[in-house]
Amino acid sequence: MKQLIEKHPLAIRWFHWVNFPVLSLMIWSGIWIYWANDVYRLGWGDTTLFKFFPKSFYEAFHVEYKLAKGMAWHFVLMWVFFLNGLLYVLYTIFSGEWRYLLPNRHSFKEAIQVMLHDLGLRKEPLPVRKFNGAQQIAYTSVVLMGLGSVLSGLAIYKPTQLAWLTSLLGGYEFARIIHFALTIGYVLFFIVHIAQVVRAGWNNFRAMVAGFEIVEVDPASHQVQAGPTALPAADASLSSK
Amino acid sequence: MTDESSTPTAAERTPEPLQSEAAVLAEARLRSRRAFIGLGLAGLAGIGGWGWLVSRPQDSGIAKPLRRVLDFNARLSSAYYKETRLAPEFARSRARNPRINGKVGLKSELDPVAWRLRVQDFATGNTQEFTLEDIKALPKIEMTTELKCIEGWSTVVHWGGARLSDFLARYPLAARPGTPQARAAYVGMRTPDDAYYVGLDMPSALHPQTLLCYEMNGMPLTAGHGAPLRLVTPLKYGTKHLKRIGTIAFSDTRPKDYWAEMGYDWDSGH
Repeated sequence: MKQLIEKHPLAIRWFHWVNFPVLSLMIWSGIWIYWANDVYRLGWGDTTLFKFFPKSFYEAFHVEYKLAKGMAWHFVLMWVFFLNGLLYVLYTIFSGEWRYLLPNRHSFKEAIQVMLHDLGLRKEPLPVRKFNGAQQIAYTSVVLMGLGSVLSGLAIYKPTQLAWLTSLLGGYEFARIIHFALTIGYVLFFIVHIAQVVRAGWNNFRAMVAGFEIVEVDPASHQVQAGPTALPAADASLSSK
Repeated sequence: MTDESSTPTAAERTPEPLQSEAAVLAEARLRSRRAFIGLGLAGLAGIGGWGWLVSRPQDSGIAKPLRRVLDFNARLSSAYYKETRLAPEFARSRARNPRINGKVGLKSELDPVAWRLRVQDFATGNTQEFTLEDIKALPKIEMTTELKCIEGWSTVVHWGGARLSDFLARYPLAARPGTPQARAAYVGMRTPDDAYYVGLDMPSALHPQTLLCYEMNGMPLTAGHGAPLRLVTPLKYGTKHLKRIGTIAFSDTRPKDYWAEMGYDWDSGH
């Protein structure tokens, strides 16, 4: 019997949908900045597997000669990115949502099971829960990456006033590499995230907009038979009965 | 996005009477419609806000609201600023010759013998002239710091010169009339042909690592690197390291700045 259960609180949905365009624009203005000294590549010695970024990419997206504009947008939107992220973390702490999001000692084993399942190598069904181990690791990592971006960003923004931070992150040039690598990390996260959202389907996607999910409930026992429950990870044993 | 929802709690797991499927689906339709319209409106508001922002009048190459935030950031970092925080210094063996990245202000020939540093007295407006020997007579400071270009690259360089703060202590030309202990709020520097010009806040100008520099990597400055005298300060991007100083003047309003007029942050502070 179909029932409606709450999944994502309103605040979390706002944080999510504010972050998406803001982070996108941070990456975009970041590319305008990066273009002015585009020295990173994947490769070794004289061998370059991939250059960040090929000239065709700059030309196709009109990236060239926008350093000043890029810096202006970057140093304005950084406030929105930072404040939205800070409010998100505070909200998850005080609302108790962190219980669903933080990995625990089972998460890593479960994450491997999820990966094998998603690659079609494991047949057993996944745990029926708000966030599985792979999600917990991914969503916690991406928040830590956000913190890393803020810190490495500050390290290259104020390398004299915050010289201790810049040194901690390996110096001015290495902090810039960290800042760039984290950005590539967001793009990879985004690709996997979109693929997983598409796989998970409409019910799951709608929850991040409207907040609820429709689940199948046994009318006799009121137990959720399919679809996630609101049980935190620590209560996984309860739901797997 | 428009509805209130609460965190799932233990209470929700206790059996309540189930709703009929028809009622559930009707509620789902209603809430979905509201939420997606809400998200759509929020998206439109975002796009509208962006459109408004970019349509604002320009202030030196960027939209005014962006400029205001850059200036806010500058005020915030100057509130945090402390003279005792020094840029890291490196082993001298790591020093390299930096790329010559701009020749604005250096295009005419310069006679090093005839060159004079012209400094305008803040109190009287009179101009005083100095030779390179006058600058070299001040205590010589050597430091190996990172020159950071606004483009994103950096080079460790060994600099030699006199502290601007020592110069201003020896020749109190920035002193305020009536209260000689107080100084003007800003320093402006220009090349002899006035083609390149930068502005500095006084605290950065007085920082112990801000030098009137005449040596690079142990050699007198070459023409391309700003002979006979240039500014070096690890508190600012390379854009502020004016080469071939012609004139120094003091003011209480921000002196004009070559790159700030082209959309860059005036402060460009580190």
